[in-house]
Amino acid sequence: MSAGIVSAAYIAASVLFILALGGLSNQESAKRAIWYGIVGMFLAVVATIFGPGVSNLFLILVAIAGGAVAGAFVAGRVQMTEMPQLVAALHSFVGLAAVFIGLNADVMLGAVNELKAAGTAMADAGLTGFGEKLWHKDAVEVAILKVEVFLGIFIGAVTFTGSVVAFGKLAGKIDGKPEKLPGGHMLNAGAALACLILGLMYFGGAGVWTMVLVTVIAGFIGWHLIMGIGGADMPVVVSMLNSYSGWAAAAIGFTLGNDLLIVTGALVGSSGAILSYIMCRAMNRHFVSVILGGFGGTQGPAQEIEGEMIAIEADGVANALNEADSVIIVPGYGMAVAQAQQSVSELTRKLRAAGKEVRFAIHPVAGRLPGHMNVLLAEAKVPYDIVLEMDEINDDFPNTDVVIVIGSNDIVNPAAQDDPNSPIAGMPVLEVWKAKQVFVSKRGQGTGYSGIENPLFYKENTRMFYGDAKASIDKLLPMID
Amino acid sequence: MKIGTPKEIYEGEARVAMTPESAAQLQKLGYDCAIEAGAGEAAGFPDAAYKAAGVEIIKSAAALYKAVDIVAKVRPPSDTEIKRLNKGQTLISFFYPGANEALMELAKTRGANVIAMDMVPRISRAQKMDALSSMANIAGYRAVIEAGNNFGRFFTGQVTAAGKVPPAKVLVVGAGVAGLAAIGTATSLGAITYAFDVRPEVSEQIESMGAEFVFLDFVESSQDSSSTGGYAAPSSPEFREKQLEKFRELAPDMDIVITTALIPNRDAPVLWTKDMVEAMKPGSVIVDLAAERGGNCELTVPDQKIVTDNGVTVIGYTDFPSRMATQASTLYASNVRHMMTDLTPEKDGHVVHNMEDDVIRGATVTHDGEITFPPPPPKVAAIAAAPKKEPVKELTPAEKREQELLAFREATRRQVTYLGIGAVVLFLIGAWAPESFMSHFIVFVLACFIGFQVIWNVSHALHTPLMAITNAISGIIIVGALLQIGAASWLVVLLSFVAVLIASINIVGGFLVTRRMLAMFQKS
Repeated sequence: MSAGIVSAAYIAASVLFILALGGLSNQESAKRAIWYGIVGMFLAVVATIFGPGVSNLFLILVAIAGGAVAGAFVAGRVQMTEMPQLVAALHSFVGLAAVFIGLNADVMLGAVNELKAAGTAMADAGLTGFGEKLWHKDAVEVAILKVEVFLGIFIGAVTFTGSVVAFGKLAGKIDGKPEKLPGGHMLNAGAALACLILGLMYFGGAGVWTMVLVTVIAGFIGWHLIMGIGGADMPVVVSMLNSYSGWAAAAIGFTLGNDLLIVTGALVGSSGAILSYIMCRAMNRHFVSVILGGFGGTQGPAQEIEGEMIAIEADGVANALNEADSVIIVPGYGMAVAQAQQSVSELTRKLRAAGKEVRFAIHPVAGRLPGHMNVLLAEAKVPYDIVLEMDEINDDFPNTDVVIVIGSNDIVNPAAQDDPNSPIAGMPVLEVWKAKQVFVSKRGQGTGYSGIENPLFYKENTRMFYGDAKASIDKLLPMID
Repeated sequence: MKIGTPKEIYEGEARVAMTPESAAQLQKLGYDCAIEAGAGEAAGFPDAAYKAAGVEIIKSAAALYKAVDIVAKVRPPSDTEIKRLNKGQTLISFFYPGANEALMELAKTRGANVIAMDMVPRISRAQKMDALSSMANIAGYRAVIEAGNNFGRFFTGQVTAAGKVPPAKVLVVGAGVAGLAAIGTATSLGAITYAFDVRPEVSEQIESMGAEFVFLDFVESSQDSSSTGGYAAPSSPEFREKQLEKFRELAPDMDIVITTALIPNRDAPVLWTKDMVEAMKPGSVIVDLAAERGGNCELTVPDQKIVTDNGVTVIGYTDFPSRMATQASTLYASNVRHMMTDLTPEKDGHVVHNMEDDVIRGATVTHDGEITFPPPPPKVAAIAAAPKKEPVKELTPAEKREQELLAFREATRRQVTYLGIGAVVLFLIGAWAPESFMSHFIVFVLACFIGFQVIWNVSHALHTPLMAITNAISGIIIVGALLQIGAASWLVVLLSFVAVLIASINIVGGFLVTRRMLAMFQKS
């Protein structure tokens, strides 16, 4: 295949990737869009393998086959509740690959320079692919290349360790609480400064060891940064890492002078950036404050909460449901933890069969991944047209008979609107308390991730339905007629 | 202890304070029940039914008063009746202590304990014994039926073969319990119903019953009824003027007007004046539920139905609940029974007159030879005070335009600033970087723009599949590794081999899991 055909394939692949992302605007076109992505990827890989300057075909096929088998195995086995950790794990691979390719680029640059210095003619050097490109670079281009290599390795390493920690936290292998080494963010800043100095040294001609060191230090930054962020902020973290993995790919694209990598990296990078922005806006927090970790900045004493939490048993909830005409269910991370989505779906089916209007209200940061709840509900065969997002459904609460809150806390906290001193003041929340009756399915009386009291639980129209979400809903099922 | 119910002696009163059903419940509380012969006849409960329920039938009222410890009746007692009470006996009935001071004195001197059903405080716990509400509910329903009886047309609009029938227009003034019941009845008969109340917070209740709230454009109109225990309070003269003006405007259109406006312990306010009645069409009907307190309509004659010169019927009956005696007796008897339940905490047939209890304290008028009216305010506020709302300032169109213009200018300035900064940065890069870099840079910047445009359109529900698919396509980094794997250095080959391997996991895993997720989304 000539270079021209390879470029044509790359153009086609870029267009197909854009179509694949664009197709996600609704559920039906998304099913087609995924094929655009697959075809685009196939084109790009095949064109590269059979394009000019690629050898070691056997190794390539072994690697791809091995990766494909592993990928298919993981994708087939993963539970939908484990989706956040899978996404985090996949991010780490991209980061690691970026680091390797960056290091390779530098090693090859060194080799090419040696050959050049030895006065070997290009034809005799036996260079392939990327090596050939390096041969033609002049001094300025090499300087830029070094900047790109540095960026690629730095971002890649942060993404790698950050994603590994995020994976650990989401999978419960690492404690979800924010933890920092003494020195906190100053340590990160110092490490970043050290990387910059090493980068400048590398730029000045120091050898590949500087880059290896940058890898290690940047890896430390990624690890320490994500360790300092708590579990409920993971939606932001995961989408941020998503963004980083894109930027890393784009940086590598610059290094290699490959437009397809640049385009794809930029698409993924901006996608992750927008997702992080949406998540931050949904929590009414600044990106920086999320990344720096923890809630903070209360300006005064929290509002006094009046009333008491009143518990209710399953028969009371069932009675209310039997009498209600309209029901809204607000799921949160607790539903995912308890694996209650199937029971919730069954409840929905029964209520709908009884002619009641049942809908779901999804807060943008419900769960541990953007859109996490939607996927869980879809898995349990809840039709997506009754699953609505916050802006679509918030005005309907006053006309709703019963709201069931399953395992969510901060996203239904009225203090965000009523109490200017609350740490979550100003965060958009689902206004469930405006409904005629609210039942909160919750394991115990504890506070949510942010550690603040939820006045919703004390409201007159709220009843606490204590217990494991799945067990509670299952208890309800036989009582619904 | 024994509970007894005498026959009502008030002329035309058909209700009775005990039904066979309530007697059965009272017996469960441990009481013996007795009733005067023929007391339930008018309400449709013959003596035989009582007997079957285990109630003792006593021939005369005098004998009954002697035999029982607790007397339950409907109407306030007459002098003779109260003189029959002895020390320690308890009387449960309507009493209107505010208007019946002499009667109260009498009860005190007799040493009887009097529980006034009309004094039950309006708190959630006491709703089940709120006889005023259960009677008002009946009155509201009956008012519409009575109006229909005197109204020569359908309530509902119809298009028949013989021509079109317009629907009746009903105005309900005062949306208390009676008003709301009237609204519900009128709308379910098919009439177009309007309703007015001085408490704007009831507009929601009015609308929930299917009527249209007659809105009065008046600033001071925001009466907060929570301070008066849910009842209306007198309004200012200016407000009244405005209100009458509105009614005058409505009068010619209305076919049926039902007035229920009452303020506790005051004469009924006159809201429907003579000129309004004159402005109404012949055949129209006015039902005045406030007739007993003078009436809301200027022409009302209590206890009578009159027809004005212009053919408008004005109904001033005061005995609506009694006109539905069976229903009214059932509800009243069950209110009394609930009161007894609260008075008998041990269910052993013995009254414990707990003066610490808000409900019992509130309803008790005389106790142990002392007058205990008026009661102290209940410990639990009846209704939560409405939060004071900051009035939102209405903007004039000019101000609005100005604000929009300002916002637009602000947005323009911000955008131009960003573009300027961007241009400077690009210029600096361009001045330093070689051509080959810039051509890649164009691609990069454009791809970012496309990314931003495309991603904003992704539906929120698909954010997880979006992450998975971007994950898969970021596996495109495999291309970089493929280009390097042919290098001479074994280290490079090894590293790129690993990179190809893990990038393939990403690609295959990412795409497959995305497909799995997308296949799950189903429409209902």
